[in-house]
Amino acid sequence: MSDSRLCPLVRKELNAYFDSPAAYIISVVFLLITGYFFAQPLFLRNQADIGSFTDLAPLLLTFFVPAITMRHFSEEYKSGTIEILMTLPVRDRDILLSKFLASGALLAATLAFTAVYPVSVALLGKADLGAVAGAYAGLWLSGMLLVSAGLFGSTLSRNQVVAFIIAFLIGFSLFLLGKVGAFVPVWLTPYTEFLGLDAHLANLSRGVVDTRDLMYYATGSAFSCSCPRFGCG
Amino acid sequence: MIRAENLVRKYGDTVAVDGISFDISPREAVGVLGPNGAGKTTTLRVLAGFLHPTSGRVGIGELDVLENPLECRRQIGYLPENNPLYEDMEVSEYLEWVARTRGLSSEACRSAIQNTVGRCGLAAVVGKSIGELSKGYRQRVGLAAAIIHDPPILLLDEPTSGLDPNQALEVRGLIAELKREKTVLLSSHILSEVRASCDRVIIIHRGKIAAQGRPEELAASASRGDRLNLVVRRGAGDLEEVRRALAGLPGVASLSMEAQDGEARFVIMGNPSAEDMRPMIYELAVAKKWPVLELYREAASLEEIFRSLTA
Repeated sequence: MSDSRLCPLVRKELNAYFDSPAAYIISVVFLLITGYFFAQPLFLRNQADIGSFTDLAPLLLTFFVPAITMRHFSEEYKSGTIEILMTLPVRDRDILLSKFLASGALLAATLAFTAVYPVSVALLGKADLGAVAGAYAGLWLSGMLLVSAGLFGSTLSRNQVVAFIIAFLIGFSLFLLGKVGAFVPVWLTPYTEFLGLDAHLANLSRGVVDTRDLMYYATGSAFSCSCPRFGCG
Repeated sequence: MIRAENLVRKYGDTVAVDGISFDISPREAVGVLGPNGAGKTTTLRVLAGFLHPTSGRVGIGELDVLENPLECRRQIGYLPENNPLYEDMEVSEYLEWVARTRGLSSEACRSAIQNTVGRCGLAAVVGKSIGELSKGYRQRVGLAAAIIHDPPILLLDEPTSGLDPNQALEVRGLIAELKREKTVLLSSHILSEVRASCDRVIIIHRGKIAAQGRPEELAASASRGDRLNLVVRRGAGDLEEVRRALAGLPGVASLSMEAQDGEARFVIMGNPSAEDMRPMIYELAVAKKWPVLELYREAASLEEIFRSLTA
């Protein structure tokens, strides 16, 4: 399909986000929580870095991303509009891609508002711009991995709450896998570290761009996106 | 133009469509009739490419729906059952989205929207949110979305379902206009709608085709002999004598009489093998000097055919 047909699909999804209060509410809650945890060490301990934000953000993303993806297919099933969408001359993968890209855009917009944190740090002290850029890239890529899991969850049920819970369980499992290294047999540690979000995000937050990390995000997103079967078949 | 060969569609163990075959010619309007759960919607969904057939083949023109899904969808305008729409969108926004997703350029899109809005009578609501519209207008929006790319084929699943009589009449008028230039396949369980809109009828029952043909062909094939009505003025003679004379005609299977006000109505059922009895009755009436008010043959109605096939 030409891009000219993907554009209207993406635009529809973006309009659905920005015309509804839900996306604003979810984004504002995300910004309030991250803002609180960023400002606390800044004012209480005079410590100017974005570590407190980047440490907390992955856990918050496991809630935030399912909240923005849960409606995608569940709502189409519930309202019956999936029948309209799937009888248009577009491929299934383009429908999926449009929802993936729109969620990615909302995630990027929300993360863009948090840029005020590194800007504050740069004004108050010295910020490592490479590490900051790496951390944001890592957060966005982690978010996109969770978006693909969220879309997968959304294809499984016409109930948005069920879709949210499925996506959250997948995302939280990935989050936990990065934390359990100390509690599993030594031979298992490299696997849990590789599958978890933490290690990859830590590398990027240090400004290290490793192709293994990029492959992790790319293959994870592609795998989740290849699972959905959202038609009635 | 539209072809189904031994089409089977199952949901788990339930067979919704069980080996149906039909051909629809270009610019033919065909109605799919059947009781609820007969398999009408499933058939249309398979033709529209929303469902895959479990077995059998479905073709649009020369193309197979499974092998060329996108090309087939381009040729089809589809109004699904219950007319699902994006409630948050405005009418113009929705039509533009459908047109752009169907590949119309921005210029073609503008003219298509203008044309479709006029044709479907949507000018008064074009800037309104779809969620605010009445059911009649929503149905028109669904129809507008189905025809905006000027497809040669229209699949309409219960297009007047839930509409009041005036709204239904308006939608039927629009369909009548569209069928002059397009191939139309519509499903319904409203018999008058199918009779008013379609050249041919396919009656589906329990996933199989129970009958198909032009309504008059179905009437002829369903007829179990002539059903004639003879109305004579009372007081012109002994009604019992009239009855005896009619009963004595060759080919009469049964006879009933109903007398009211100033007239008597005889309903004469002929044997299936009997010839047209009207000339005989006419000659008898002339010979006996009966004052005949009416003599006509009743054809089996679509309702009777439908009931006899699906009850």
